[in-house]
Amino acid sequence: MKNKLSRLAVPYIVWMALFVVAPIVLVVVYAFSNGDSGFTMENFSRMETYAVVFGRSFKLAFIATFVCLLIGYPVSYMISKEGEKFQRVAMVLIMLPMWINFLLRTYSWMSILENNGLLNQLFQRTGLISLYNSLFGTNLEYFPMMNTQGAVVLGMVYNYLPFMILPIYSVIVKLDGSLIEAARDLGANSLHVFRRVILPLSLPGVLSGITMVFVPSVSTFAISKMLGGGTELLLGDLIEQQFLGGAYNPQLGAAISLVMMVIVVVCMVVMNRFGEGEEQAVML
Amino acid sequence: MSKELIRLRNVSMAFDDELVLNNINLYINDKEFLTLLGPSGCGKTTTLRMIGGFATPTSGDVLFDGVRINDVPPHQRQINTVFQKYALFPHLNVFENIAFGLRMQRRPDPADPRKKTKIPEEEIRERVMEMLEIISLKGFENRRPDALSGGQQQRVAIARALVNKPKVLLLDEPLGALDLKLRKDMQIELKRIQQQVGITFIYVTHDQEEALTMSDTIVVMDKGSIQQIGTPEDIYNEPKNAFVADFIGESNIIDGIMVQDKLVQMYGRQFPCLDSGFAGNEPVDVVIRPEDIDIVPLEQGQLTGTVTSVTFKGMQYDIIVDFKGFKWLIQTTDHSPEGTRIGIKIDPDGIHVMKKSQYSGMFGDYSSFSDEYDELDDAGLTSDEEESGDEE
Repeated sequence: MKNKLSRLAVPYIVWMALFVVAPIVLVVVYAFSNGDSGFTMENFSRMETYAVVFGRSFKLAFIATFVCLLIGYPVSYMISKEGEKFQRVAMVLIMLPMWINFLLRTYSWMSILENNGLLNQLFQRTGLISLYNSLFGTNLEYFPMMNTQGAVVLGMVYNYLPFMILPIYSVIVKLDGSLIEAARDLGANSLHVFRRVILPLSLPGVLSGITMVFVPSVSTFAISKMLGGGTELLLGDLIEQQFLGGAYNPQLGAAISLVMMVIVVVCMVVMNRFGEGEEQAVML
Repeated sequence: MSKELIRLRNVSMAFDDELVLNNINLYINDKEFLTLLGPSGCGKTTTLRMIGGFATPTSGDVLFDGVRINDVPPHQRQINTVFQKYALFPHLNVFENIAFGLRMQRRPDPADPRKKTKIPEEEIRERVMEMLEIISLKGFENRRPDALSGGQQQRVAIARALVNKPKVLLLDEPLGALDLKLRKDMQIELKRIQQQVGITFIYVTHDQEEALTMSDTIVVMDKGSIQQIGTPEDIYNEPKNAFVADFIGESNIIDGIMVQDKLVQMYGRQFPCLDSGFAGNEPVDVVIRPEDIDIVPLEQGQLTGTVTSVTFKGMQYDIIVDFKGFKWLIQTTDHSPEGTRIGIKIDPDGIHVMKKSQYSGMFGDYSSFSDEYDELDDAGLTSDEEESGDEE
């Protein structure tokens, strides 16, 4: 019975082999070869040139993930406390932006953040900018928001926030209500119920939320290009340049990808360890 | 004897205009094992949740030790609950599950009474170990709940509630998820624990046998109202109405007329009984338990009937006997084959007379599943019908 059913997995295995395993193997092969397809470590020895980009990418992704968590957890928690109807509407609203093309969404942020964009016009009309100028003795016509790291983080948070909310929400909403009643029955006030029961039990959702935000954030390239104005080069942009841009060098691009992949995997492993440790700590 | 601890005074409860509890009055004594018994939807769990603080009555008062506690939240009540599906914390091991309540507690600091202090770790350890001993689960303290059997989880849930030394323990159908054998063991175990710790247990169940086995007092509920309060013996021997008589054990309930004190008429015949205090010729419901009926030779019988079905139950035979179209259940150790005519005799103390109620004519009729005299019942069907009738 089992053997017969396992045949159904064959298409999936083929798919995985073709589109997941093979590309990774190709990346590894490319990373260790030079233009003439000979073996070389040169691609890696050049890596330190890009240490700044690595640092910046991981820093911005870390900040974006943290902000997502800061917003996402309370939002998920509050939604899960509401009625079923509210929950459905809230989930649709959270998903709604994802039905619009990623680039389009990011473009609209450009027109919001631009020097004479929506926000700055609002600030001018309300006199916020003149107030700022008179307070700090500056002479600004607008707040420069575009082409900053802040704008890049904002873009990441905006685009990846649903990936934080959804897993946390789905864990919290499935939490057995009788556990919360049991905790209250045993003398826990609201704070204790949250800290000792809800938080530790929602940790799996938090961990997958962090993974789902951090990984795309660290490798994103369109956001930094559009909102960072190319001045804040990130790993994604760097890799893109090696394959499609002027600095054509697919071997180097593959090597950078490989290093990034390894760092991300290490981060995830450490984090999951930390997650288990957290659970233990709560337990003790 | 013992003093009153909890009182429900004119308590009613409505969810969305639907009356779930209708003017409940009940007092519960200290150190008592009280069972709320009734079919699902009778309001027994709502009553329990109200005592625990998880529900607030729409009207009426809940009093604890004479103080009104309607609006006191659960964590400030000296009452703990064992939940229906145990609700053990899956992320904590057995030790930490039991220690949970102790870690939540703050009490006046002996050095400075104005300050509150946590319970010291040694004391927590000591008290948890003591509980583990009571529930005979020593050595299991590092297990996670999912590594325990149902019965063990059950006992951890009880220990987790008891470790806080509550004045009252609430148990919401705690044995519902266990198999029959384990359930019987746990019934005895629960009674033992209750006597050992010496506090009030309030127990909710729909299982009449559980209620009879463990309780000092049984409260029978139906449709949001209390039908009868009494000891297990009272409830079984002196049911107040047809609902109680049918819900607790098996009963034949027959229309009768109370001719005078200690004399009741059924099927046009007069039977001596022990009941009195009815109006002359008052129509009544008469309860006769299946085990109180003696089978006698035909000519000596107060009534004669035909055996229509026989089911072997191990200790006894359950036989269905047709008396003029109304079928009775009789439990007997004598074998009477299907189709034979038999006589029966009922001693005066085997007859219990009840006033007519809203439940009259609804229960205690074992003929409902076979009205046709020639339709012989399949034994399996017969017992199924009886059991499901009991559960309803």
